[in-house]
Amino acid sequence: MDIPGWTYLTVGLSFSLYIGIAIWTRAKSTKGFYVAGQGVPALANGMATGADWMSAASFISMAGLISFMGYTGTVYLMGWTGGYVLLALLLAPYLRKFGRFTVPDFVGARYESDAARIVAVVCAIFVSFTYVSGQMRGVGVVFSRFLEVPVNTGVIIGMALVFVYATLGGMRGITYTQVAQYVVLIIAYLIPAVAISWTMTGNPVPQLGFGDTIKDGQHAGLYLLEALDGIHRDLGLPEYTAAFVAGKKSMIDVGAITLALMVGTAGLPHVLIRFYTVKSARAARWSVMWALIFIGLLYTAAPAVAAFARVNMVDSLHGTAYSEAPPWFKTWETTELIAFEDKNADGVITYSGDQAVNELHVDRDIMVLANPEIARLPAWVVALVVAGALAAALSTAAGLLLVISSAVSHDLIKSIWARDLSDQKELRIARWAAGGAVVVAGVVGIYPPGFVAQVVAFAFGLAASSFFPVLVLGIFNRRVNKQGAIAGMVSGLLFTALYIVWFRFVDPSAGAEQWWFGISPEGIGSLGMMLNFAVMLTVSHLTPPPSEEVRTMVEELRLPRQTTPQGSKII
Amino acid sequence: MDGQPDKTPDPRGYWRANLRLVSLLLVIWAIASFGLSIIFVEPLNETRLAGFPLGFWFAHQGSIYVFILLLVAYALLADRIARKYGVD
Repeated sequence: MDIPGWTYLTVGLSFSLYIGIAIWTRAKSTKGFYVAGQGVPALANGMATGADWMSAASFISMAGLISFMGYTGTVYLMGWTGGYVLLALLLAPYLRKFGRFTVPDFVGARYESDAARIVAVVCAIFVSFTYVSGQMRGVGVVFSRFLEVPVNTGVIIGMALVFVYATLGGMRGITYTQVAQYVVLIIAYLIPAVAISWTMTGNPVPQLGFGDTIKDGQHAGLYLLEALDGIHRDLGLPEYTAAFVAGKKSMIDVGAITLALMVGTAGLPHVLIRFYTVKSARAARWSVMWALIFIGLLYTAAPAVAAFARVNMVDSLHGTAYSEAPPWFKTWETTELIAFEDKNADGVITYSGDQAVNELHVDRDIMVLANPEIARLPAWVVALVVAGALAAALSTAAGLLLVISSAVSHDLIKSIWARDLSDQKELRIARWAAGGAVVVAGVVGIYPPGFVAQVVAFAFGLAASSFFPVLVLGIFNRRVNKQGAIAGMVSGLLFTALYIVWFRFVDPSAGAEQWWFGISPEGIGSLGMMLNFAVMLTVSHLTPPPSEEVRTMVEELRLPRQTTPQGSKII
Repeated sequence: MDGQPDKTPDPRGYWRANLRLVSLLLVIWAIASFGLSIIFVEPLNETRLAGFPLGFWFAHQGSIYVFILLLVAYALLADRIARKYGVD
């Protein structure tokens, strides 16, 4: 069978599996729809969180990004895993103990304020939409490359699938499809990684293999990373493993971006909401641990894939005559993700760090998707990677759509406009809201605004500078109040937003000399977060303390079990 | 402590012990990520671990393993503290 044949088969099978699970686990109440009945086992929730978190960006783009950034790629590796430490230590068990449905629920109750809740809802919706449009586009691109349908048809197929299982199944359906999607995506990621590591170094564990020696070819006997540093020197690029040399980011910027991504990860509503679905605060702690183990499996393999792909790509193209370029080069050329421009008209591909000499343009997204073809793996592996990429994009899209739907039906309609809404009516509105959000996300995927890639950094900065401080202080400080929370969120948000808008859109040519403390717009969320903390603490101490009920509520949510009269055990 | 399920709960003691544990784990988190992988990456790169410059290894591999170990430790120790102060 050829590549399209295998692809139709694996994609068809995996999609039927997801729909089957959705029908089997469909939600019958709002509790089932929003938080899966709060009965998801810690291990299953860990897997679901892994799929929920690892998006088209993690699966398709990350290894490619690292492959071009070398050491500096650590901002993604540490930023997108270190956040789970903050999540486990500072947020997840307490939010689960609080035990309602959404993140704005917590903000509204802890700060006794509908205004604070509305600010939180607006942030949740903005962050989630930013994120989801990228997922839908990813689905379209993967479909168009491997199944030879137009990108828009791909987006519509993806929309239809998510529509079925998100509106029917709610959180219950999403959780169990995400478990299946995690399994598909991790197998799809690791098989090619193991195969390439084995072929290049003879070591089947990619995490160790990229520290091993190359088996054969022109670099035989050299450590892979040494060979890679050498290749970079020859091409006039900064060494792959070097940290803060010219042409790479500065130390303070690497630190700021890492911190912003960590804190942003811990503040993303679609991740936080996953820990409302387990049965206790204790289960929430175990569940974050499982989530990080499952995520770590892909995140420790990604830098290995990056290094292998880099060596393979340069070796197979640089200095090769265009007429003798490998077959994958020709198939990917049609997608315009890779391009050759013969500047010196010698018919030979020259790759160089000097833009005047460089003749090869490679899009970072190609690295994971084309990797199995570059390494000459069989057609079924290519098909598996396609199914994995779709699983990563669809699972993240579904999680985000649920946040948007619950923000509308629960946080706006039920909690602010129509408090006496019946459970069945709210469930119906939640389904409509999820359906509506799918359609809007699909439209954004079909007509992507040019700035989508630019605003993803914004989503993290926003989550870091708005949610994180309000949630952490709400749990660890009994004195912070409504005034402090609103002032903190608004100042953190405004500062971060203005800085990003200024350096991205108003004055994009400004370089590191103009940035404050040398921090780029990607990393500014870390300063926004500190500002939010400072403003929140100061304003809270200048205004009256919160009510006695709130103080009792905080004491209560700090303990793993119920100790107040409504619980089973009484002090 | 295991044999006394009806031990009087001590919420204050629990919270203090929990804060100590969380602070300790956060310090290790910061050392592994911002310390070894960023601030001290260049001196550490002078040393090699098989084919890896050590600082680079922490930045691309080691820090993630440390994060996982921290969460395993937290899940186990938090359970033990909760039992000790009778709030599990």
